[in-house]
Amino acid sequence: MLDVAPQTEVRELTYAEAIREAMAQAMEADPRVFTFGEDIGTYGGAFGVTGDLIHRFGAERVIDTPISELGMAGVAVGAALTGMRPVLEFQFSDFSLLASEQIINQAAKIRFMFGGKASVPLVIRMPGGSGTGAAAQHSQSLEAIFAHIPGLIVLQPSTPHDAKGLLLSALDNPNPVLIFEHKLLYKVKGPVPAQAYRVPIGQAAIRREGGDVSIITTGIMAVRATAAAERLAAEGIDAEVIDLRTIRPMDVPAIVKSVKKTSRALIVYESVKTLGVGAEISAAIAESEAFDYLDAPIARLGGKEVPLPYNPVLEKASVPQEDDIFNAARALVREGHI
Amino acid sequence: MAKASLAAIPNQRPELAQLSDDQLKDAFYRMSLIRRFEEEAEQCYMKGLIHGTMHLSIGQEASAVGTCMALTPSDYITSTHRGHGHCIGKGADPKFMLAEFFGKRTGYCRGRGGSMHIADIEAGNLGANGIVGGGLPIAAGAALSIKMRKADEVVICFFGDGASNEGAFHEALNMASIWKLPVVFVCENNQYGMSMAFSRASSVANVADRAVAYSMPGVIVDGNDLPGVHSVMAQAVARARAGEGPSLVECKTYRTRGHSRSDRNLYRTKEEIEEWKARCPIERLKAELTATGRIGADVLDAITARVNDEIAAAVVFAQESEAPDPSQLAEDVYA
Repeated sequence: MLDVAPQTEVRELTYAEAIREAMAQAMEADPRVFTFGEDIGTYGGAFGVTGDLIHRFGAERVIDTPISELGMAGVAVGAALTGMRPVLEFQFSDFSLLASEQIINQAAKIRFMFGGKASVPLVIRMPGGSGTGAAAQHSQSLEAIFAHIPGLIVLQPSTPHDAKGLLLSALDNPNPVLIFEHKLLYKVKGPVPAQAYRVPIGQAAIRREGGDVSIITTGIMAVRATAAAERLAAEGIDAEVIDLRTIRPMDVPAIVKSVKKTSRALIVYESVKTLGVGAEISAAIAESEAFDYLDAPIARLGGKEVPLPYNPVLEKASVPQEDDIFNAARALVREGHI
Repeated sequence: MAKASLAAIPNQRPELAQLSDDQLKDAFYRMSLIRRFEEEAEQCYMKGLIHGTMHLSIGQEASAVGTCMALTPSDYITSTHRGHGHCIGKGADPKFMLAEFFGKRTGYCRGRGGSMHIADIEAGNLGANGIVGGGLPIAAGAALSIKMRKADEVVICFFGDGASNEGAFHEALNMASIWKLPVVFVCENNQYGMSMAFSRASSVANVADRAVAYSMPGVIVDGNDLPGVHSVMAQAVARARAGEGPSLVECKTYRTRGHSRSDRNLYRTKEEIEEWKARCPIERLKAELTATGRIGADVLDAITARVNDEIAAAVVFAQESEAPDPSQLAEDVYA
């Protein structure tokens, strides 16, 4: 857990407000930090994250861009290479695919490919995930695609506290960091210290301690799993909820430690199940000393193998919901499989 | 020999007259260094001393050197897969470049990048690029950074005719224009994107014609004419440095070697190649310098001899340098 001085004021902020506060504190502290993206100025961002930043820091540091995702990502690389700390917002994470050339071929490679003589300290923030009726091209969870690439740090905060602390850590990092925010979390409130603080990259959080089953989650699934775990407790099942927070580099020791304790692993993630983050978590457990401790096969709940549909009933059925996690965890503990 | 002066040579064209003897000697040196470097790299490849592939810019030396001459050491360039000339133009040392070709620890990228990824950040070279068009938005970003830092630098973005049909070209020029960024986009139109003729691949006759779409000056220059390239670039760089915004300069040139090692030149004629070889930018500069009496042949021959020695020493340095070890593979890995 993070050390926060006792005199620090802790307020209830939304996830979006927490991100905005991190941006403001970073921009106040460091003149190299600026943010740019589509409609992030006067409009305040499609999801209202940048809000009034343009009025506080001016249009030179809160820059509206044309709709040019590839170009924007390249601008971030060039600015980062020459001494700035760009924070690029993509309006939807789906649009990052237009910029994958610059993210994957350029940003991820430069430090290693140039023999360690350059680094690319850029941050890309982007809303991902389903649940808003935005359908197949505005609802994906693409973190696994980018997490597959050596040279990209991939974060997925699930709380306002972590959204702020991870963004500030990302800005301290000399390397490219992608932050997948979840659209459904932007209005969720939680305790956020007023001061600037860092949540370490690469460190999972234990959202609930328990001894019967480890529910290993990413992103918004940490929220759903924590709610499911409270209901499981009422049935006498003591679930531990791990929130990875960082997808790459992954906190494998935290996963292994938890599974050794509980002997059961349920992995829950929103991105498509096949070849997704959950496969990596599952393999990490199977390849570790925790394998010998397993009392049941490793189980995965992931997104269905479909483009996300528009209809709300179909959309909900496409990704794990709280009931799905509750049922799967109970089955894994009671019956040894899901 | 007698030192040349402008008054003594009234017929000297202005593009030549505005360059000092030292500038001309340095330009001849750098162009010769690029040529000799690439010829030697090609030889090393044929002998099996270098693996992978490389893209030679033989025939294009004037655009690289003429452009970089207009820069200060703190200015930036972004380069391309055909970038050896840009590197040397911006001041790279051929021995560290050859060491990189040999995959050695002493190479610019410690053997991780090879020919296509040489960067020399300290000298302002933000990197060659294996992706056609990859450097265009990066150059715009470096220029935005300069503007935000209120610095006095400019960025030169080298790219080829092929890149002008990538979306990155259009996105970068548009952003550079709306934000009035201190960047000059320098297209080296060598007529072919691998085998695809520019005339078959493009909706316009000249890359520079596209400048009008982005409200910036579009200038065409003979890319094999060193003083001509320098003159145009000096104006474009001055404009960028003065905060007046970007320009698009198209250097019409030709690569006399194939695209890469696999090229059998099936898409162009021997006559076409020979015609362009006759327009060799180095021979052309030499002929003009001696004919006008600006620099004597003996001085230029001495430069050529120095270049030959320098490249010979670079080969020895590259061959004798320490090779990387697999135990070092994870260096600079962070995620």
